[in-house]
Amino acid sequence: MAETTATEDLDHEGAAAAEFADQLNDTPSDFVHHEEHYTSLGLSNMKLAMWLFLGSEVLLFGALISTYLLSKTRFITELVAGNPYVIEGISNGENGALVNEMIAEASVEPLFDIPFTSLSSFILLMSSLSMVLAHKSVTEGNYKNLRIWLSTTMLLGATFMAGQVYEFTTFYREGLTYDGSLLGTAFYTLTGFHGAHVTGGLIMLGSLIYLSFKNKMQMDRAETVELVGLYWHFVDIVWVLIFTIVYLIP
Amino acid sequence: MAIIEQEPSIAALPSGAARTAAKPLGAFSRPRNPVGLKNWLTTVDHKKIGIMYGTASLFFLLWGGIPALLLRLQLARPNQGLLSGAAYNQIFTMHGTVMIFLVVMPMGAAFANYLLPLQVGARDVAFPRINAFSFWVFLAGGIMLNTSWFLGGGANGGWFNYAPNNGITYNPGVGIDFWNVGLLIAGIGSLTGAVNLITTVLNMRAPGMSWMRMPIFTWMTLVTQFLLLFAIPVLTVAQLLLLFDRRFDGNFFNVDQGSDPLLWQHLFWIFGHPEVYLMILPAFGIVSEVIPVFARKPIFGYPFMVFSGIAIGFMGWGVWAHHMFVSGIGPLSVTAFAVATMFIAVPTGVKVLNWLATLWGGKLILNTAMLFSIGLVTQFTLGGLSGVSHAVASADTQQTDTYYIVAHFHYVLFGGALFGFYSGLYFWFPKAFGYKLNEKIGKWNFWSMVVGFNLTFGPMHILGLQGMPRRMQTYDASQGFNTWNMVATIGSFILGVATLSILYNALVSYRAWRRAGRPDVGPDPWDARSLEWSIQSPTPEHNFDVSPTVTDLDDFWHHKYQEDDNGVLRRIATGKEVAQPGNGEGVHLPAPSYWPLVLALSFPLIGYGLIFSLWLCIPGVVLLITALYGWSLEPADDLDDDHGHGDHHERELVGANG
Repeated sequence: MAETTATEDLDHEGAAAAEFADQLNDTPSDFVHHEEHYTSLGLSNMKLAMWLFLGSEVLLFGALISTYLLSKTRFITELVAGNPYVIEGISNGENGALVNEMIAEASVEPLFDIPFTSLSSFILLMSSLSMVLAHKSVTEGNYKNLRIWLSTTMLLGATFMAGQVYEFTTFYREGLTYDGSLLGTAFYTLTGFHGAHVTGGLIMLGSLIYLSFKNKMQMDRAETVELVGLYWHFVDIVWVLIFTIVYLIP
Repeated sequence: MAIIEQEPSIAALPSGAARTAAKPLGAFSRPRNPVGLKNWLTTVDHKKIGIMYGTASLFFLLWGGIPALLLRLQLARPNQGLLSGAAYNQIFTMHGTVMIFLVVMPMGAAFANYLLPLQVGARDVAFPRINAFSFWVFLAGGIMLNTSWFLGGGANGGWFNYAPNNGITYNPGVGIDFWNVGLLIAGIGSLTGAVNLITTVLNMRAPGMSWMRMPIFTWMTLVTQFLLLFAIPVLTVAQLLLLFDRRFDGNFFNVDQGSDPLLWQHLFWIFGHPEVYLMILPAFGIVSEVIPVFARKPIFGYPFMVFSGIAIGFMGWGVWAHHMFVSGIGPLSVTAFAVATMFIAVPTGVKVLNWLATLWGGKLILNTAMLFSIGLVTQFTLGGLSGVSHAVASADTQQTDTYYIVAHFHYVLFGGALFGFYSGLYFWFPKAFGYKLNEKIGKWNFWSMVVGFNLTFGPMHILGLQGMPRRMQTYDASQGFNTWNMVATIGSFILGVATLSILYNALVSYRAWRRAGRPDVGPDPWDARSLEWSIQSPTPEHNFDVSPTVTDLDDFWHHKYQEDDNGVLRRIATGKEVAQPGNGEGVHLPAPSYWPLVLALSFPLIGYGLIFSLWLCIPGVVLLITALYGWSLEPADDLDDDHGHGDHHERELVGANG
């Protein structure tokens, strides 16, 4: 890796010339891009940068999820008694039943339609599968399948987003407003941030599909599909966390 | 968001030779050989970007220094009415914010941008266009933040703007919004810069440049960029929560709804303490480069220097609550964070001792760059000692919010970071501009800074221990603060003049150099050690003629000096003889681009929209999307500028990514 031998140089030149010829004809080509771009770690710059960016995103969602958990606790504390000490009563079991009933009535949980959200979560997770298949198609040079799987991923992602819009609308009608309570603010901010990330992913997928129809998303750019895939899987994993923490854990 | 920006680079083939899209699909084609202002506006050259970072940072140093002098004037004598309480609050807040976010951080970025690719032997950073974008978006955020002075007043809650004081209830003006949105925008630049520079160091090292052969400055900057990468998103979250609270009636810090305003302090300091280290570590790196050169010795304990830097990077995450000892976090937390705070002094102490050991027995050359470095070691140690005293939580309870704290952080940030940066400016100035700064003025610059600095901030220790609170607009004559405040004010004006004298020095030195017929300073004016001195000065646009192959730590030094048969170190060549001649023929460089600037301009538009009217966000978002797609569809390089196909190895190292 560290040294570029003469042979590699020749290969390289051949590759470049072939590409250049393709370009002059402006025809799609199945030419496979064999050369390895020299990097110290052997990982392409783009992929390394994407991993770094996702590392940074972990802290972003970490802070948001912590904020949600804190806000929820504070909301319940405030709600139950207007003073922080009654919450100890919950853990001590004093007045437990009464307190739990109060929480259950006023918290966000009665609003949740767990089967509905489970279904939309399942749809989002399935989109990760189709994303993997899209990447596999492009590395095999099967551009028709690439378009099919990219479109499937986009459709599944869009369905998830439609579910979130529906859910937000329902919650809003049932009284959980953004500015009405601490819980509302925290809930909509956390899930909304995730939704914004999914929307960003949908735009990227749309761009890939467009490029693919223009014959500009081919084997030599398989890494582009892989990078969008990395982002997409990350957003999915974050949803698994959010779904568990916000919806499933009482 | 970042991924969309990066698509072009994905689309670009790594060879930089040919790509699938032949015609530029964006609105603009790539600018060709621009000159003058347009050259600077569209450049993607890491050296020019570094110089722009440095210039912007020096401008903001002046801009943030004027408020500081106003504060000192107000405090020179008791019961003065020069500034109203409201003005005083805005001025100290903006002083702190400007100095931290728009002076010290970008000054670190300036050195990082200019030097990292040179020190690791690369042609440019991994993503040259993103590099330009990082600078423009930082500048856009910085300028937007400061327009608050003309559009309703500056922020007034201290540089940390604690909740709930930063909420709309207590702070209905737009100052906090400008602070919030301006720093969010500048933060985007820090984040993209961090991704870019880390990728550069990890992936674009010259052959043979292994981890333990990297210069200390490169190491310290790498740690700094990792701190930025993980700290910036936490600040971003805190500021977005505040934005939602203020603009969209959220309740995150609304005490009426039972929220916990301490959340702000935790989020802010989880960002804020790594922030402290990411401000000082680049200066540590600079000093670690300067001291060995002018002590004529290799750095003492290289691996210890590296690992103590990494240790600081890790431990910096575990001490944030020592800013919050009086916020009622409980005795257990206080103890834990106090102990962690004492521990983090250990790696810092390792560094100080290693610098001393490097100086020890060296043939010291006490020029300006070296003096500033020694100034850092001395004054930072003083600041570090008062810092450790904060780890004694019971004492800290007394010192919190007094001038003792003000003295402490000015000793580490001014006496430490800024002295280090000045050392770096004197040291690398000939590399960047081709002539040395005047030594005589330089020594005046140094000694007047030392005197002014210690006169200003030394007395604040005493004032603080006497109980003078920070952020108070005035004090009474009966409180016994008169003498030292007057001394500090006198010192501050000496310091102000001294700090600016580097600009005078640059002017005088430039004129002398021009009169002398622009003599060549040579590639290696200091007989230095790292790779950036193995190329001509000022640095050729293409950096290295051929990618250097590295076999040692301080590789360039070993090309100049070797042991003879008797084990005596002898000079075998001069720097000029070993240096690369600066022939860039056949080197293909990334083409300039308009898109980084255009993309950066969309953010302040959205920012003003968030503050004044959401309608203004619409053109901002349209510009943003246009710029993202224009950027993505722009070919990474201009094919017509191709220098021929004979030299693919070169091209690879440029990193056509873009």
